[in-house]
Amino acid sequence: MEDAVVDWSRAQFALTAIYHFLFVPLTLGLGFIVAIIETIYVKTGDAIYKKMTKFWMTLFAINFAIGVATGLIMEFEFGTNWANYSWFVGDIFGAPLAVEGILAFFMESTFFAVMFFGWDKVGKKFHLLSTWLVAIGSNLSALWILVANGWMQYPVGMEFNPDSVRNEMVNFWEVLFSPVAVSKFLHTIGSGYVVSALFVIGVSSWYLLKGREVEFAKRSIIVGATFGFIASLFLTLSGDESAHQVALKQPVKLAAMEGLYEGKSEAGIVGLGVLNPKKTLTNDEHPYLFELEMPYALSLLGYHDIHAYVPGLKDLVYGNKEQNIMSVEEKMQKGALAVKSLEEYKEAKKAQDEQKAQDARKMLDENMAYFGYGHIKKAEDVVPPIAITFYAFHVMVLLGGWFLTLFGVVLFLATKKDITKNRVVLKAALFSIPLGYIAAEAGWIVAEVGRQPWAIQDLMPVGVAATKIASTNIMISFWMFAFLFTLLLIAEIKIMTKQIKIGPDGGH
Amino acid sequence: MGFGDLELLTLQQYWWIIISLLGGLFVFMMFVQGGQTLIDKLSANETEKTMLINAIGRKWELGFTTLVLFGGALFAAFPLFYATSFGGAYWVWLAILFCFIIQAVSYEYRTKPDNFLGQKVYEFFLKVNGYLGVFLLGVAISTFFSGAEFKLTTHNFVEWQNPLRGLEALFEIKNYLLGFALVFLARISGALYFISSIEHDMIKDRAVKSIRVDMVMFLAFFLSFMGWMLTKDGFSVDASGVVFMQEQKYLLNFLEMPLVLGIFLAGVLMVVGAVYMAVVHKKTCCIKTGGVGIVLTVMAILLNVGFNGTAYYPSVSDLQNSLTITNSSGSHYTLVAMSYASLMVPFVLGYIALAWYSMDRVKITKEEIESPDAHNY
Repeated sequence: MEDAVVDWSRAQFALTAIYHFLFVPLTLGLGFIVAIIETIYVKTGDAIYKKMTKFWMTLFAINFAIGVATGLIMEFEFGTNWANYSWFVGDIFGAPLAVEGILAFFMESTFFAVMFFGWDKVGKKFHLLSTWLVAIGSNLSALWILVANGWMQYPVGMEFNPDSVRNEMVNFWEVLFSPVAVSKFLHTIGSGYVVSALFVIGVSSWYLLKGREVEFAKRSIIVGATFGFIASLFLTLSGDESAHQVALKQPVKLAAMEGLYEGKSEAGIVGLGVLNPKKTLTNDEHPYLFELEMPYALSLLGYHDIHAYVPGLKDLVYGNKEQNIMSVEEKMQKGALAVKSLEEYKEAKKAQDEQKAQDARKMLDENMAYFGYGHIKKAEDVVPPIAITFYAFHVMVLLGGWFLTLFGVVLFLATKKDITKNRVVLKAALFSIPLGYIAAEAGWIVAEVGRQPWAIQDLMPVGVAATKIASTNIMISFWMFAFLFTLLLIAEIKIMTKQIKIGPDGGH
Repeated sequence: MGFGDLELLTLQQYWWIIISLLGGLFVFMMFVQGGQTLIDKLSANETEKTMLINAIGRKWELGFTTLVLFGGALFAAFPLFYATSFGGAYWVWLAILFCFIIQAVSYEYRTKPDNFLGQKVYEFFLKVNGYLGVFLLGVAISTFFSGAEFKLTTHNFVEWQNPLRGLEALFEIKNYLLGFALVFLARISGALYFISSIEHDMIKDRAVKSIRVDMVMFLAFFLSFMGWMLTKDGFSVDASGVVFMQEQKYLLNFLEMPLVLGIFLAGVLMVVGAVYMAVVHKKTCCIKTGGVGIVLTVMAILLNVGFNGTAYYPSVSDLQNSLTITNSSGSHYTLVAMSYASLMVPFVLGYIALAWYSMDRVKITKEEIESPDAHNY
C-alpha cells in the first residue's frame, strides 16, 4: 500500500476521532449530572433544581447533536477508509457496533426527544426516567464501541479462517469481557465524568466570579465537585488497571509511554521529564535531558510488583533471551511463514491437493499469532512514535492529579467555607475546563498512537488495513472534513458561550 | 431449539430480512428529510415554519439512529458488502455522510443566538439533507440493480475499477429514477406527518396541496423505476455460486416468491390508500397507513434483490465477484450471536412506540411554540 494512502487514512481517522471525542465526554458525564439534579428536583420539588436541570440540559443538547454527527462518520469510516480491515475482522468487530445500535443508540435518541420536549407532555416521573435513560444509553454506547476498540488492542475470542481469509468470532463473551475492553471502558467513561464535572464547576465558577446566579452556581458546584471527586478516584483506579493491561498485552506501548529503552527490574516512573531527541534504539545517548523519577513505580504500576522486570524498547525489538523475550526479527520470520503458508493453502485448495492444503494449514496455525509481522518491513517499525506517546501520557497523568486536587479543594470550600470569596480557586476551576479536554484527548493519543503500526495488534498493520484508493481522494476528503468539523466546532463554542452568558433565566 | 441450531443459510436469510426491514424503516423515517424540503412551502410566517421544524425535529435522531444501525447491522451480518461498497464507492458514501452531518446540528443550532452561520444557512443544510441526501441514497441503492465496478482479490480485498469511486453511478441515468422516487416519496410522507402532528388548518391545506403534486411526480419516477427493474436482465446465481445474467430476473423473483410480491403490492396499495384518504377525505392519521406501506414496499424490493438466487450487489467488472447473501455474510457463530441480540428489537420498537405515542398525542400548536417556556428548535 502506498505510504501516502496510509498516512492520509490515519490522518482522516485521527481527525474524526479527535473531533468526536471533543463532544463525547460531556455527553457521557453531563447526562448523569443532569439526571442527578432532576432527581433532586423531583424529590424536593424545589424550583431551583428544575432551573438547574433545564440549563445544563440545554448545554447538553448543543453538544449532543455534533457528537452524534461525528460518531456517524467514525462508524462509516471503518468501511470507507479501512475496507481491508473491515473484511479481515468485520465478523468480530461489526457485532459490537450493531449491538450498540440496537441497545444503546435507540435508547439515547428516543428518550432524548422526551427529555427535551416532554416537560409538559409527559408526567414528572416518566420525564425523569427519560433523562436517566439518555444518560444510561450514552454510556452503554460507549461500552460497545470500547469493546470494539479493546478488541483491536488485544484480539481475543476468534479464529482465523483461511478459506474466507478473515478472522471469525468463536466466543462473544471473551470479546465482551476482555480485560482490556473492560478497563478501557471504565477509564474512558471515567474521563468523560471528570471532563463534565470540570465543565459544571468551571461554568458555575464563572457566574460566581461575575457575581451572577449565586445560588444556582453554588448548588451546581456542589453537585459537580462531588461527582468529579468520586469520578477522579475512579479514574485513578481504572487508569492503574489500564496501565497494568498495557504492560501485559502491549509492552511496546508501555515502554514508549515511559521512554524506556533499556529494560530493568525495579523500574521507576519518570514523573516529569524531557526526552533526548538524539536518542535512538541503537546509540548510547541518555534517553532524557531531564528527569524526575519515582523509584519502583513502573514495576509496581505495570506488574503490581516492585521487583518486576519491565522490558525496554531494545529488549522488545531485538529480543532478550534472559527474559525470554522474542526479537521482532524472529517474529517477522514467523509472520512471513504464516503469510506464505496462507498463499500455499489457497493454491493447494485451488488445485484440490488436500494433503498439501493440510500441511500448509498446520504451518499457518503454528505461526498465525505473528501473522501481522509478515507485513512489517524492518524490526524498528513496530515502535510507535515515542515522543508523542511519552508526552501525551505524562500530560494525561499530571492533569489527572491536578483534577483530583481541584475537586477536593472546591468541594471543601463549597461545603465548609464560602467559596465565593476564593477567587483564585474559582479562576483555577474556570481555566481547568480546557485542561479536561486536553487530558481526555491525550489519553486517546496514548491509546492509539501508542499502538502504531497496528490496526489489530500483531495481526494487521495499518498499511494492510487501509482501503486501496488514490491518496488524492483521501487528501480531499480530509480537508473537507477538517473544514466542516471546524466550522461546526466554532458554531458550537459560540452558541455554548452565548447560552452561558444568557444564563439559566434565559430562553432554552 | 435456539438460533445455534439453524443452518447458515437460514441465518443469512434471517439477517437479510432484518436488513430489509431496517431499510424499510429508514425510508419511512425519511419523512423527516421530506419535511425539511417543505418548510418554506408549507409556512407563511416564522411561527408556522418553527411549528413545522419542531414537528420533524423531534424525530430526526430516530432516523439518524436507524441509519447508524443499518450501517452497523450490515457491518456485522454482511461484512463483505460493508468493506466492498463503503471502501469502493468512496465518494458516494462520503457525499451521503456529509449530507447527514449537517442535518444533525441544524435543528439544535438554527435559532440559537450567536449561532455563527445564521438561521438561513442551517435551513439550507436541512434542504441539502432533504433533497441531496435522499437522492444520493436512492442512487446508491439503485446500483443493487444496475451493478457496480469492482473486483475482489483472493483475500477478498476490494479493488474499485473506476477512478470516480462511486460517483460513476451518477452517469447512469436510470439510477436517477429511484433517487427521485425517494425524494418525492419522502416529501409525501413528510406532508402526511405534518398533517397528523400539527394542529393548524392552513398548514394542513398546504400540505394536502403539496401531496397532490408530489404524488404525481412520485408515481412517474417510481413506476419508471419499477418498469426498468422488472424488464431488465438481472444478476442470477446458480446452486454452485456461479453468477450469470438472466432475463427479467427481478420480475421472475416476484413471481417465484408470491409472498414477497404480496408484501410489495400491499405496501404500494397502503401508500396509495393513505394519500387518497389524506387528499380526498382529509383524514389526519394517514402517516400510519402510509408509513407501514413504505416499510413493506421497500422491504419487498430488498427481499427481491437478495433472495431467490440473486446477487444483491453485482459486479459488472467481474460477474463472479458479485456479492450474494451467502458469499458476503458473517460466520455462523456471529450470525447466531447477533440473532440473539436481535431479540431485543421488539422491545426497542415497543419503547419507541410508547415514547412516540406519549409525545405525539399532544399535537403541536401555535400556542405551544409561542410559549415563553417552550424549548423549541
